[in-house]
Amino acid sequence: MRIPCPFCGPRDVIEFTVHGEARQRPVFEAHELDTPAAREAFVDYVYLRDNPAGLHVEHWYHGIGCQSWLLVTRDTRTHDILEVAYAAGEEEPAPAVVRTMEVAS
Amino acid sequence: MRFSGFSVLRNALTGQSGWTPHWRKASPKPAYDVIIIGGGGHGLATAYYLAKEFGVTNVAVLEKGWVGSGNVGRNTTIIRSNYMLPGNIPFYEFSMKLWEGLEQDFNYNAMVSQRGVLNLYHSDGQRDAYVRRGNAMRLHGVDAELLDRDGVRAIAPYLDFDNARFPIQGGLLHRRGGTARHDAVVWGYARGADARGVDIIENCEVTGFRMDDGRVVGVETTRGPIGAKTVGMAVAGNSSKVAALAGLRLPIESHVLQAFVSEGVKPLIDTVITFGAGHFYISQSDKGGLVFGGDLDPFPSYAQRGSLSTFADVTENAMALMPMIGRLRILRSWGGIMDMSMDGSPIIDETPVDGLYLNGGWCYGGFKATPASGFCFAHLLARGTPHPAAAAYRLDRFATGRVIDEKGVGPSPNLH
Repeated sequence: MRIPCPFCGPRDVIEFTVHGEARQRPVFEAHELDTPAAREAFVDYVYLRDNPAGLHVEHWYHGIGCQSWLLVTRDTRTHDILEVAYAAGEEEPAPAVVRTMEVAS
Repeated sequence: MRFSGFSVLRNALTGQSGWTPHWRKASPKPAYDVIIIGGGGHGLATAYYLAKEFGVTNVAVLEKGWVGSGNVGRNTTIIRSNYMLPGNIPFYEFSMKLWEGLEQDFNYNAMVSQRGVLNLYHSDGQRDAYVRRGNAMRLHGVDAELLDRDGVRAIAPYLDFDNARFPIQGGLLHRRGGTARHDAVVWGYARGADARGVDIIENCEVTGFRMDDGRVVGVETTRGPIGAKTVGMAVAGNSSKVAALAGLRLPIESHVLQAFVSEGVKPLIDTVITFGAGHFYISQSDKGGLVFGGDLDPFPSYAQRGSLSTFADVTENAMALMPMIGRLRILRSWGGIMDMSMDGSPIIDETPVDGLYLNGGWCYGGFKATPASGFCFAHLLARGTPHPAAAAYRLDRFATGRVIDEKGVGPSPNLH
């Protein structure tokens, strides 16, 4: 598998480290942190995953290269990489909502 | 049909004409008391113990492919009980005890072979960790022996003891561990469940849940709707996909784990050996092939094939441990999809949806857990309360902080 790094060009996957599903971190004011809503949002953010069979937006780090953090859109059924962008400045997918995902029949 | 020395002899004398299929090709009935989604090892073991131990026989097992086509036919067949943490030890030891009586219990040759599992250590720190693990196991009545270098040499003289980077200092030996014939395990459970009235329905994929007032009342399938009072999911690898049909998000990421078999050689490795300085484990099948594996591919995947880079890593581990196998040719490799949970431990629990139960998150531990997983899930489905051996495998343990993180790497599913 090769990842087309926007800075370095296509590079072998062993140069990169994957950091899993990319999602916006929940935002709470300091005084809201110890509330059920914040706890639920952080449990969801840290522990729960959509884990789709299909398109997946994830963070990758190009450690043996330009050391950029990347936002990679990849198909988990085929390992095809559809889109790569710098993570900085890009919007991660919206935070947790319970979604029913499309399931290939 | 019961297997015995007499039945083997009688069929030998009558042209092998007396054997019958192990299970019926059942078609779905309109409704069942219990539907189990997933006709793999865990699903069929659940059906078997539901019928045999809990008297629930109006049961259907729905399998999207055919029996044996999933992870139960894609593992490295290792069975062991060398866990350390309180939630894990009683469960895996219960499983080992069931393995020890399994063939007599379901009258089928699962080729359970307690040839031992030897975990090597390569540093003082790792030795201390294995002393601690071994003591935890012995306190719970599991066998464990700490071997020094000479002890390991007596078992496996061919290892690279003086490897410059990873010299072997000794090992933790779990003699009751070993291997079993994975296909025979699932066939034995299927046969035993079928004989007690369970319908095993192959080529029947679940495409949705039928709900009534927030409660599951059945499933939609590629062979039509089927009603049920209780539905259990035993679809590790695809748990997130099936749970999503009920609107649930799980603490699980799917990853592909590869395994490899070499060409057959004469008897060479009479135990299971794990390398302690990397991630590599090897045993020898009864046909002579060396069966081995290592790390997951690091990224989430539903493709049942792995990357060359992971394969290279596994073979580098092999060469560091036993350079003698460097000239062997590899015959086959394959990938299975693992439910990697957020703490490396499984889930056997009810879900927030009434009547819907989850058995998943098996990570690397699925095959060895098959008997106890089936027994405990059957207990949960039949009685609605967790079996004591699996009481820690709660779905809500991530929210309550009661995680069982055997490896201590936190919510990084690709590292467990």
